[in-house]
Amino acid sequence: MLLSFQLQMESRMIKTDIIIIGAGPTGLFTVFEAGLLKLNCHLIDALPQPGGQCSEIYPKKPIYDIPGFPEVLAGDLVKNLMEQIKPFSPGFTLGERAETLDAQEDGSFIVTTSKGTKHKAPVVVIAGGLGSFEPRKPPIPVIGNYEDKGVAYIIRDPEVYRDKNVVIAGGGDSALDWSIYLADIAKEVSLIHRRKDFRGALDSVDKVEELSKIGKINLITEAEVVDLKGEDHLEAVVIRHKDQVSDEEVKPTDHFIPLFGLSPKLGPIGDWGLEIEKNAIKVDNAYDYQTNIPGVYAIGDVNTYPGKLKLILCGFHEAAIMCQSAYQRIFPDKKYVMKYTTVSGISGFDGSRKEAKREVVKSIN
Amino acid sequence: MSDIKITIIDREGEAHVVDAPTDMNMNLMEVVRSYELAPEGTIGICGGMAMCASCQCYILSHEDLLPEKSYEEEDMLDQAFFVEDNSRLGCQIFIKKELEGLEVKLAPEST
Repeated sequence: MLLSFQLQMESRMIKTDIIIIGAGPTGLFTVFEAGLLKLNCHLIDALPQPGGQCSEIYPKKPIYDIPGFPEVLAGDLVKNLMEQIKPFSPGFTLGERAETLDAQEDGSFIVTTSKGTKHKAPVVVIAGGLGSFEPRKPPIPVIGNYEDKGVAYIIRDPEVYRDKNVVIAGGGDSALDWSIYLADIAKEVSLIHRRKDFRGALDSVDKVEELSKIGKINLITEAEVVDLKGEDHLEAVVIRHKDQVSDEEVKPTDHFIPLFGLSPKLGPIGDWGLEIEKNAIKVDNAYDYQTNIPGVYAIGDVNTYPGKLKLILCGFHEAAIMCQSAYQRIFPDKKYVMKYTTVSGISGFDGSRKEAKREVVKSIN
Repeated sequence: MSDIKITIIDREGEAHVVDAPTDMNMNLMEVVRSYELAPEGTIGICGGMAMCASCQCYILSHEDLLPEKSYEEEDMLDQAFFVEDNSRLGCQIFIKKELEGLEVKLAPEST
C-alpha cells in the first residue's frame, strides 16, 4: 500500500535535465541552446501563457534591438521563439508559481510550485525577469486580515459568489468583464471605480452601462474603497466619494474583489538562500552565470553583475554560456565541442531534422 | 553638456538636488534610477513605456510647463494607487531646459 503510494508520488514528479523558472524570451531560448546539447528542459511560469513581460505587458510594442530583426513585435518574438524551440519538445507548468527549491542528496534539485507540482532535475535555471506577476493590492491597511475571508484578488470559482453581495473595484477589462459575468450569478454586484471613464474594451463598457441602467450592476464611480469592516469575515466596505471626504459610506457586502492588474514581485525566489543585490540575483559573470548555489543558475533580467544590461539580447547570450556549463555539470566526464547549427543542423527530440541543403557534386560531360 | 538642477524628494522624504542632463533624451524616471534614489526593481519596472505606475511622482513646481498626459499615462494613473491631482509618471517627463529648478516627490511604492 505504502509502496504503491510512493510509486504514485514518484510518477507525479516531472523529471528533466534543466528546470527553467520563467518562460520569458530568455527562458524560452534556453530550451534551444540546451536542445543543441541534447538536454531536455521544463519551464515553470506563474502566468498562464509563455512569453513573460513580452506577452503580459507589451505584446503589441515593437522591439528594435533584437539582432537580425530591424523591428519585431514583442508578441511575435515570443511566437518565433516558441517555433524555434518546438523541435526540443519542452514541457510547461504554467499558471503556477515556483515556491520552493530543495537540494537533494544526489546533487539534484526539486522545485515545487504553488499548486504542489514537483519537478526534479540536476540543474535549475532562474530566468524569472522581475519576478512573478501578482495581483496589485490596494493600499487598505487591514486588507491582509480579510484575504480568503471575503477578499480575493483573483476569481477562481465564480460559483463562490452565487446569491452573495459582491463589491468589485477597478476600471480595467478584468473589473468590467467580471462585473458582467457575476451580474447573473451574484445577488448584487457593485462596481466601484475612481473615475467616470473606464479603460476596457468598448463592448464591455457598453455592456456595463446597459446592465447598470436595468439595475443589474450597481455602478459607483468617482469613489474608492478605503476601509474594510467585519469580525472574522468581511461584512462591509467603506466607500469614500470624491469631494465628500467627510462623508464615508459603509456598504454591507459578503465579498470584495479588487482588480487592479498585475505587477511583478521577486517572491519566494528571494527566500531560497540566493545572494540578492538590488532586487536581483548575483551571479558569476566571469564564467557561467551560476549563483552562490552550485547547480542553480540565473540569467536574463533577474540576475546582476558588474556591467549588467537588462536587454533581451544579453539574456540570449547568457543562456548559451550557461547551457555549456550545465552540460559539464550533468556529464562531468564527457568531452564536448560546441557545434555550429550551420554545420550540424538541428536534430529535434520529436524526430524532426533541419539541416543545410548539401551541395550536389556532379560532373558535366 | 547642459545640465539643469532638479530636486527629488525620495520615498523616505529626503530631498536630493541633482544634475540632470538635457541633451541625453533622459526622462525623470531614468534620472531617479541613475542617482539610485529608489531601489532597483521598485521603479521603472516596465522600462518607461507608461505600462506600470512604479515611477509615479507628485509634481511640486513647474506643473504648467509639463506636456499634457497621453492617453496611456492617464490610463496607468487611473489604476495606480496614492494618486493625487499632481500625480505624473516620471517616465513621461523628459528633461529639458525649461524645467530648471523642478521639484518632485516620489509616490510611495505600491505593493
